[in-house]
Amino acid sequence: MWDYSDKVKEHFFTPKNAGAVVGANAIGEVGSISCGDALRLTLKVNPETEIIEESGFQTFGCGSAIASSSVLTEIIKGMTIDEALKVTNQDIANELDGLPPEKMHCSVMGREALQAAVANYRGVEWKDDHEEGALICKCFAIDAVMIEEMIWANKLRTVEDVTNFTKAGGGCAACHEDIEAILEKVLAEKGEKFDATASTAPVEKVEVEKVKTPLTSVQRIKKIEEVLTSLRPQLMADGGDVELVEVVGNTVYVNMTGACNGCQMAAMTIAGIQQRLMEVLGEFLRVVPASEMKKLVNIEGAGHA
Amino acid sequence: MPDIYLDNNATTKVDSAVVDVMIPFFLEQYGNPSSIHKFADGVAKALKKARGQVQELIGAEHDSEIIFTSCGTESDSTAILSAIKAQPNRKEIITTTVEHAAILNLCDNLEKEGYTIHRLPVDKCGRLNVEAYKKMLSDQVAIVSVMWANNETGTIFPVVEMAEMANAAGVMFHTDAVQAVGKIPMMLQDTKIDMLSISGHKLHAPKGIGVLYLRRGTRYRSLLRGGHQERGRRAGTENTASIVGLGKACEMAMEHMEYENVQVKAMRDKLEQGIIATVPNSFITGDLNNRLPNTTDIAFEYIEGEAILMLLNKAGIAASSGSACTSGSLEPSHVMRAMQIPYTAAHGTIRFSFSRYNTMSEVDEVLKVMPDIVAVLRKLSPYWDSVTNEPVANPEAAFTPTFK
Ligand SMILES: Cc1ncc(COP(=O)(O)O)c(C=O)c1O
Repeated sequence: MWDYSDKVKEHFFTPKNAGAVVGANAIGEVGSISCGDALRLTLKVNPETEIIEESGFQTFGCGSAIASSSVLTEIIKGMTIDEALKVTNQDIANELDGLPPEKMHCSVMGREALQAAVANYRGVEWKDDHEEGALICKCFAIDAVMIEEMIWANKLRTVEDVTNFTKAGGGCAACHEDIEAILEKVLAEKGEKFDATASTAPVEKVEVEKVKTPLTSVQRIKKIEEVLTSLRPQLMADGGDVELVEVVGNTVYVNMTGACNGCQMAAMTIAGIQQRLMEVLGEFLRVVPASEMKKLVNIEGAGHA
Repeated sequence: MPDIYLDNNATTKVDSAVVDVMIPFFLEQYGNPSSIHKFADGVAKALKKARGQVQELIGAEHDSEIIFTSCGTESDSTAILSAIKAQPNRKEIITTTVEHAAILNLCDNLEKEGYTIHRLPVDKCGRLNVEAYKKMLSDQVAIVSVMWANNETGTIFPVVEMAEMANAAGVMFHTDAVQAVGKIPMMLQDTKIDMLSISGHKLHAPKGIGVLYLRRGTRYRSLLRGGHQERGRRAGTENTASIVGLGKACEMAMEHMEYENVQVKAMRDKLEQGIIATVPNSFITGDLNNRLPNTTDIAFEYIEGEAILMLLNKAGIAASSGSACTSGSLEPSHVMRAMQIPYTAAHGTIRFSFSRYNTMSEVDEVLKVMPDIVAVLRKLSPYWDSVTNEPVANPEAAFTPTFK
């Protein structure tokens, strides 16, 4: 079965705020019954302060759908609706100590229900702009719809193209056959033919020049910044970002934000950054999330290299 | 109370008597059956005995019709690929919409290579239309592959009759009998079935051992070529311990055939009748008059299967579900979809599958917890009115989420 965190289990077995709020003035209903998930979120918002005073959920769905709903109602209670709208699906997943990639859509459903409820409160219509397909790449949680859209939008022709643009297939590579099938289908719709030996579409990559001469520590940090900047577009395409926090000896501390933060793939992303840094700087470097900094060094006492 | 295992269609416990007969083939008689020394002395004889035990259980005419493979999936693949290779001019395959993935995914793949796949639909009770099938048979069809019994609902298909029809039309017939062997009696020598798949781990033998029954005279092309094992029909050094174990398991299944169809069936019947009587808005899926004695698949409306399984698991009960969430896909089980079970019920199907190791007191235990588990989840469900304890009036209209 799924490897659910204790937090997920806790919220599933003893859900908080289950049931509809009596006298609710904000109701959001989202879901997809064919996928087996549907959620009704009911809120009581104070019209003076716009603070969410009560929240309740009713969910038709699996363990993680129920846990996501429960944790969402806890997170937003006491927030103003503007604050609540800033809650991302990643926040929901983080609060649950992570969700398996196949189950991330449960947290997305929570966020959408919230948006729908706020829209209902404000008397506007809420439109779901998010479509979902079968999960293709399990390493990076990329679904078929996303891959199809990217193939259309960017004229992708090979599996490598798809990996460059979506990351799908960049991990264990087990999904390459499925990606080929999607390519075949989309290309056929476009009146083209899939050719496994075609050359890959050009990716606009900002290449950072490799270091040839010894650097001063300022130059070195600048160079590290430069590499991180060159990698940011890719990270941002995945809804994430990276920020340089500190360099101590050969350890580079970074802040991973957005979708990268806390996601199971953060470790793989970090490994990729580390690889690129070493290639450019020509020295051994270790990339570590800044959150681990305190555990590793005493900042005040550490002599900066 | 110790944990209760009701997921025997997924896999079974290896009988301790089976383990006992296997051990010497790891520690003493570990020689290669092809070798000429004392470490291999008894091995060939043991394989022959096992072959006879399998033959006996399925009523094959000759023991040479038994080919040992690595699993049910390999047997299924071997059968279909052999048929199309041996008859290159025939480009059609007939199967059903409710086969196991071992058949369905292979056929999807062959479709891409240009084969025409006819997938027989089922009705709401999971039954095939035999007349429609008969019309599809032609000299273009390389093979018919229809499962003997469905793994989710336990529904039994009329494969003996369908094999007769195929034979009359000059078409080869294969059946995936992975769920049927050991649970219902069979006498293959009196049928026109050409090939049949068995998987050891469904009848108290280990995982990773299977059988392809191949009727003498059926045209055949090996999948794995190499050594002369299995008379060249399946190369690769024999999995001796598992083969011996499977032989023993077949012998024991034969001995327990009546028990399975009387006592095991009584447990199953008591469980499903008890659930239907105590849990509102629940129903049994499949062909109630024609099912494996050990299987029941029950739909609990307006709640989702994985959530039910998690609560059952907490109560120490193991079962399985046709819900989308348990498989990581977005669609509920293809079997439920094929039977046109509505989504609000299809996601909440739970399969309980018994074996001779289960007891009536376990059934009582499940019956004790089941109503509460369903009630707890329905309390959370937007489709359920917990005040009146029934579905909200006109559920599909009362809750209309923004659908994708
Ligand atoms: C009907 C059916 N066919 C084939 C298989 C596959 O058998 P195996 O796991 O031995 O490959 C199974 C079991 O999962 C099954 O239920």
